[in-house]
Amino acid sequence: MGRKLLLTHIDVPGIQSYSVYKAQGGYRSVDKALKSMSPDDVVEEVKKSGLRGRGGAGFPTGMKWSFLAKPEGVPRYLVCNADESEPGTFKDRYLMTHIPHALIEGMIVSSYALGAHTSFIYVRGEMMPQIRILEKAIAEAKAAGYLGKNILGSGYDLELYVQPGGGAYICGEETALLESLEGKRGNPRIKPPFPAIAGLYGCPTVVNNVESIAATVPIINDGGEEYAKIGIERSTGTKLISAGGNLAKPGVYEIELGLPVEEFIYSDEYCGGIANGKKLKAVVAGGSSVPILPANLITKTIKGDARLMTYESLADGGFQSGTMMGSGGFIAFDEDQCIVRNTWNFTRFYRHESCGQCSPCREGTGWMEKVLYNIEHGRGTTNDIDLLWDIQRKIEGNTICPLGDAAAWPVAAAIRHFRDEFEWHINHGQEAQNRNYGLAHYADPLEVVTES
Amino acid sequence: MAEEVQKFKVSIDGISVDVDAGTTILNAARKIGGDIVPPAMCYYSKLEGSGGKCRTCLVKVTKGSEKDPRPMPKLVASCRTTVMDGMEVQNITSPDVVEARKSVVEMLLINHPLDCPVCDQAGECKLQDLGYEHGSENTRYDFPRRTFERIDIGDKIQLHMNRCILCYRCVYVANQLTNTREHGILYRGDHAEISTYIENALDNDYIGNVIDVCPVGALTDKTFRFKNRVWFTKPVNAHRDCPSCSGRVTLWYKGSDVLRVTARKDEYDEVEEFICNTCRFDKKETADWTLEDPTKVSQESVIASNHYTQFQPPAVIPENTPLKEANWEQLARTEKLK
Ligand SMILES: Cc1cc2nc3c(=O)[nH]c(=O)nc-3n(C[C@H](O)[C@H](O)[C@H](O)COP(=O)(O)O)c2cc1C
Ligand code: SF4
Ligand code: SF4
Ligand code: FES
Repeated sequence: MGRKLLLTHIDVPGIQSYSVYKAQGGYRSVDKALKSMSPDDVVEEVKKSGLRGRGGAGFPTGMKWSFLAKPEGVPRYLVCNADESEPGTFKDRYLMTHIPHALIEGMIVSSYALGAHTSFIYVRGEMMPQIRILEKAIAEAKAAGYLGKNILGSGYDLELYVQPGGGAYICGEETALLESLEGKRGNPRIKPPFPAIAGLYGCPTVVNNVESIAATVPIINDGGEEYAKIGIERSTGTKLISAGGNLAKPGVYEIELGLPVEEFIYSDEYCGGIANGKKLKAVVAGGSSVPILPANLITKTIKGDARLMTYESLADGGFQSGTMMGSGGFIAFDEDQCIVRNTWNFTRFYRHESCGQCSPCREGTGWMEKVLYNIEHGRGTTNDIDLLWDIQRKIEGNTICPLGDAAAWPVAAAIRHFRDEFEWHINHGQEAQNRNYGLAHYADPLEVVTES
Repeated sequence: MAEEVQKFKVSIDGISVDVDAGTTILNAARKIGGDIVPPAMCYYSKLEGSGGKCRTCLVKVTKGSEKDPRPMPKLVASCRTTVMDGMEVQNITSPDVVEARKSVVEMLLINHPLDCPVCDQAGECKLQDLGYEHGSENTRYDFPRRTFERIDIGDKIQLHMNRCILCYRCVYVANQLTNTREHGILYRGDHAEISTYIENALDNDYIGNVIDVCPVGALTDKTFRFKNRVWFTKPVNAHRDCPSCSGRVTLWYKGSDVLRVTARKDEYDEVEEFICNTCRFDKKETADWTLEDPTKVSQESVIASNHYTQFQPPAVIPENTPLKEANWEQLARTEKLK
């Protein structure tokens, strides 16, 4: 059994409540940090742990914290990114729903480390149940003296707020999130300046993912070095993976980084193999924006090494034959799934969610979606694949924020690895049009959702 | 003692220039002038926070600085990237930049019809220029374009959303120049559009400036629309004693009639001083104004086809020593115009 640090008590009845959470050893890290550690000590432990941001980019959390500017007389903020809108990723929601106090505890420890006295949890607006759960948890923590003025008599004050988000994927991008938190349209800001220098209301700010913040709790409890012993290389600790698609046992799993992908998919402890005894065709390993991997590259790298669930191993081979850990949204496709259809579906999402500030992303995502719609519906032409390839190249790297890249990569990887499927759609237009997805009871589900 | 401003040396397409620390690459290039100035569809020096969006000004930084000579991994928006000492930048000399710019133009033209013959901005439209410079004759986009009805947003301004390229300039004008902002951007992605708050009109003493900053024909002056083509009019600089703005404008004459009043624009097509609505919309008699001299129009502009000043070679040639010394090819091209 893999060790668990975040979901240890997930099965304890009533763990959502403060009293049960506390009885299981909750809030120890706050006691320890506030009573026996300086804020810099906390930062140091997080650095030692090697924790990398769990929001997608994998940037070392301790290092990010040490970049925070500390001008005199200016407030600093910690903002928790609980927007979680990446298709395929649902691990933060799971954590917040079932163990909300793990996040609150992490927020207190992290805010203390950063010298923040006001912190925010920015939750995607649609997640009303989670917002209520967090609000209740905050009230409980406050009543127990873990929030508010002079926490545990340490002289440290912290107010923690939950802010419902704008309900747009782009509001998960950290600078768009800050704009949204300030009450503005959720458009990404142009960097620099980075939030560590000028973030919320122009003040130094750290934005961290839910899971990153929750991970600071075991790091403080057991020490950064202990944490770093789990995992391998530059991928330390445990990671929540939200597994979906055609897996026998989809769900949220806490894995030790370094677990072989094969074991994750096929062992009974995790996903239990592919549903209905089908064969695995492809995997999107880290949420919809990362490149898709074909069957031959899922469990082995191009060099023939076992592919592991680590930042390095998943990325091995670059975008030619590798992918990314991303936000840990693991989607498996069985042999019956259509890659073209999936690519169109993902692109439809990015088109809808582009904020529209930069021309290549605004127009390019829309263009790709329409071309893909045609191919998927048996109306593609022979030039369309090259055209798609060209459009995604024009978006990638030329935009303000990484949403442009996130829209381009899935298309590039699908064409790179599954060009024959695109060609099939183009050469067998009539058959492509007549495929039945088991959705026959809707008149024409595709027409309803498409806007082109 | 005044604090000394640090100077940085930056080279753009091989031409060096010294600029103050904090200058953007675009403005450094503007200091040199000529073809090496990247085009800018959304940046507007007079509007704080503008730029970074359209991506027409992308350039390649081949050397970050003297201290850290590594190149930048991606093309950067020159309008929002500040120079470092020793930075080396490529604009027209980089095939990647030319290629990226071509892509941006292609993207911009997806939802901007090339209906120049019937557009009121014809002759003053930077996108039209860019289209000629970087576009290809054929577009590979063969889907229906999005279309909108024209709407009157207030009694003086008409919005033709078909042509909007979402540069945000008009939104910044409303934000930074007027007391109220009645319009903004609705929706996201390629659904995004400029619109007013429900049933609101744009009426505000300075709102007419949105027309001047709009780089394309999306916001037009209803008092001028389709009265004439801009190249048949004669621009004249004039001023009046205005209690609310500088009163320094350009009058656009047809015969003895003032057809249009705009703010004066500089060589990059940017307004020098914003003007009030009274000067713009209500003062259309010569008697309202003290005339100065004919407005200088670039020889490359279609408006120059009607110029009646003495021919002046483009100012860039005699004065621009760095260009003269460094870029013979460009100099020769400009000399040919003489
Ligand atoms: C379009 C877009 C959407 C994003 N959405 C999220 C999100 O929902 N949650 C998240 O934690 N990070 C998201 N990110 C990444 C954040 O910008 C940021 O890197 C992250 O919150 C930093 O936290 P970490 O260092 O703890 O990973 C998104 C990035 C982009 C470009
Ligand atoms: S890349 Fe897309 S989402 Fe990001 S700022 Fe540009 S238009 Fe907006
Ligand atoms: S209306 Fe004109 S100025 Fe306003 S965003 Fe559109 S193109 Fe820019
Ligand atoms: S002018 Fe620089 S991005 Fe628009």
